[in-house]
Amino acid sequence: MEFSIYDFSSFTAWIDQSLRAAMSPGMAVAIEMLIIGVAILIFYAIVGLFLVYAERKVCALMQNRMGPNRVGPGGIFQTIADLVKLLFVELVPIKNADKILFSLAPYIVIIASFMAMGALPFAKGLHAIDLNIGVFYLMAVSSMGVVGVLLAGWASNNKYSLIGAMRIGAQIVSYEISVGMSLVTIVVLAGTMQLSEIVQAQQYGWFIFRGHIPALIAFVIFIVASTAETNRGPFDLAEAESELTAGFHTEYSGIRFAFFFLAEYINMFIVAAIATTVFFGGWMPFNVYGWEGFNKVMNFIPPFIWFLGKTGALIFLIMWFKWTFPRLRIDQLLTLEWKYFLPINIINVLIMALIVLLGWHW
Amino acid sequence: MEVKEKMGRLENEEYIINMGPQHPSTHGVLRLVVALKGEIVQRVEPHIGYIHRGIEKMCENLTYQQIIHLTDRMDYLSAHINNEAVCLTVEKALEIEVPERVKYIRTIMSELTRIQSHQLFWATFGMDLGGLTCFFYGLRDREKILDIFEESCGGRMIVSYNTPGGLMNDIHPNFQNRVKEFLKYFRGVIHEYDDLLTGNVIFQERSKGMGVMTKEEAIAWGLTGPTGRASGFSCDIRKHNPYSAYDKVTFREILYTEGDVFHRYLARMEEMRESMNIIDQLIDNIPEGPFTAKMKPVIKLPEGEYFQSVETARGELGVYIVSDGNKNPYRVKFRSPNFVNLAPLNLMARGSKIADLVAIGGSLDLIIPDIDR
Repeated sequence: MEFSIYDFSSFTAWIDQSLRAAMSPGMAVAIEMLIIGVAILIFYAIVGLFLVYAERKVCALMQNRMGPNRVGPGGIFQTIADLVKLLFVELVPIKNADKILFSLAPYIVIIASFMAMGALPFAKGLHAIDLNIGVFYLMAVSSMGVVGVLLAGWASNNKYSLIGAMRIGAQIVSYEISVGMSLVTIVVLAGTMQLSEIVQAQQYGWFIFRGHIPALIAFVIFIVASTAETNRGPFDLAEAESELTAGFHTEYSGIRFAFFFLAEYINMFIVAAIATTVFFGGWMPFNVYGWEGFNKVMNFIPPFIWFLGKTGALIFLIMWFKWTFPRLRIDQLLTLEWKYFLPINIINVLIMALIVLLGWHW
Repeated sequence: MEVKEKMGRLENEEYIINMGPQHPSTHGVLRLVVALKGEIVQRVEPHIGYIHRGIEKMCENLTYQQIIHLTDRMDYLSAHINNEAVCLTVEKALEIEVPERVKYIRTIMSELTRIQSHQLFWATFGMDLGGLTCFFYGLRDREKILDIFEESCGGRMIVSYNTPGGLMNDIHPNFQNRVKEFLKYFRGVIHEYDDLLTGNVIFQERSKGMGVMTKEEAIAWGLTGPTGRASGFSCDIRKHNPYSAYDKVTFREILYTEGDVFHRYLARMEEMRESMNIIDQLIDNIPEGPFTAKMKPVIKLPEGEYFQSVETARGELGVYIVSDGNKNPYRVKFRSPNFVNLAPLNLMARGSKIADLVAIGGSLDLIIPDIDR
């Protein structure tokens, strides 16, 4: 077995072969699933904790503050301390709440984000399931979280929660269309829905550069619509704290609240990762045709660093406009989607189809 | 039967939510009972009195020097101006001419108070609309004014710097430098306020044309301060009935005709700039002299009724004192701007969304202790 940080496929193939040699095929698959599950769970927790910390630091930067700086060097253990605190907080029972749905809701939200994680290509070969309808799968799974949020709002028996849940229902159902359509634009260009092939197709240039203006428009719409879909500012109407106190999770405490909180950050990571994969070449390094020396240096950086770096940059962008803009109103939010994004998107897909048909793209 | 009658009053599909007394957007213990139809506000009923301390009644058992300290606790963001209102009434009743120096210092302090109040308005208004960053920028600059207060008055928010006949003590020797330093600093950063919020498309979309009060309505409801002036009601006491040193300075009364949330906001932004101009004209010309007029230790107002109004950061504050010749007033009544400005909230918010209700409430810049007193 040769191990390389540039290509994990031989490493994963070796694990697969040695497992299959040692036991029955069914058992081997079960063990593989377990390994992947544990690996993703660990990654999930680390990303969640890191993003909460990063958000605090970014928001402190925007707001002329220091941010967390007491627990550990630069406050890096602050989020861990917070998590430990949340674990010990009492789960306040709510009077007249629907007990089963109330406790089920956070799990649905967290499972939805967990499922999306499995289909992301982190590096060459570092890819749990390479579905041939990867893009479609990601869209389908990421919109499942809304069920949990609606349940949370309904089961809490709180008027503010219900308003928040209804808002997010309208919001996610609307913006789902924009997210889908902007991804379709790139699927038209790539000619496939398989994520590994989409990444491979960007070896000689990322889609955002190759797709002319339609790809650029699709990217802008994707990043705005997915911010709305992950329920972050300026589209955080569901938890608009100045109007609805905390929206759908007003009544949640302790670890259940932590689940909602964590899922929000993981969803942000997932949309940034999808944008990276589809528009910015996934784990592909940045190469310029003809610049040999430059390309060599770029290729030297391992693929998963590229992937996480690009994702991180997009996450910073999303955080940036959360801490800059005031919040939209619900009717403005829906107007933006149905009157502007949707028509632009449809025309955009048609233009992209035309470009692909005529072979104008690079 | 009774229940049925009550149910009949609740119209079909009406959704009653209770905003406050502990709610992030009411800036204190105001309770709004809001009837909704979906997201649309059908009617708003303000319930007040959660922080009623009986200040007017307490005044009847206190001497005039002691009343000053209660007025700080009404509109705590215009603490200095509230103090001044009582002092001016007492001085008017005793027919005392306070030294020029006192007038100048009072005016400068009042304008600094107005700036810091509007800074906090900007900070919290941005937060009401979901722009959390505004809060930190607003407070960053307000801190500098509070430092100036601390140096001269000893207190930061509850200053109690005025006393009938003058000031508690003279200004700190460093006062003029600090104020000039602040003006220079604030002129340099006030554009950040516009960059962050005023020019933002989302902000303008949310505030323009919301909660409109026409000039006639504003006069009919008695709206004063920036809220009234945004509707075109020329009601600046500093202009129409100058007190302290306001007759010695030239300044513009900010008037708009639109009367919506956006122009109430703009009126406050412009007032900050005007206040800086007023301070500019006075800060170098503070005359030398005593910081208080000669006063008897026990102040007894001659029998009669006295009224004086001043322009606080929120509107017209009227102080009405009835004296029976004792060292305590017989009756004190404060005409507080916030109480009057809250009244038309139902009129303004009816038919708009919940988010607009928050924006309209924010644009009135309410201070609840001033409503309840």
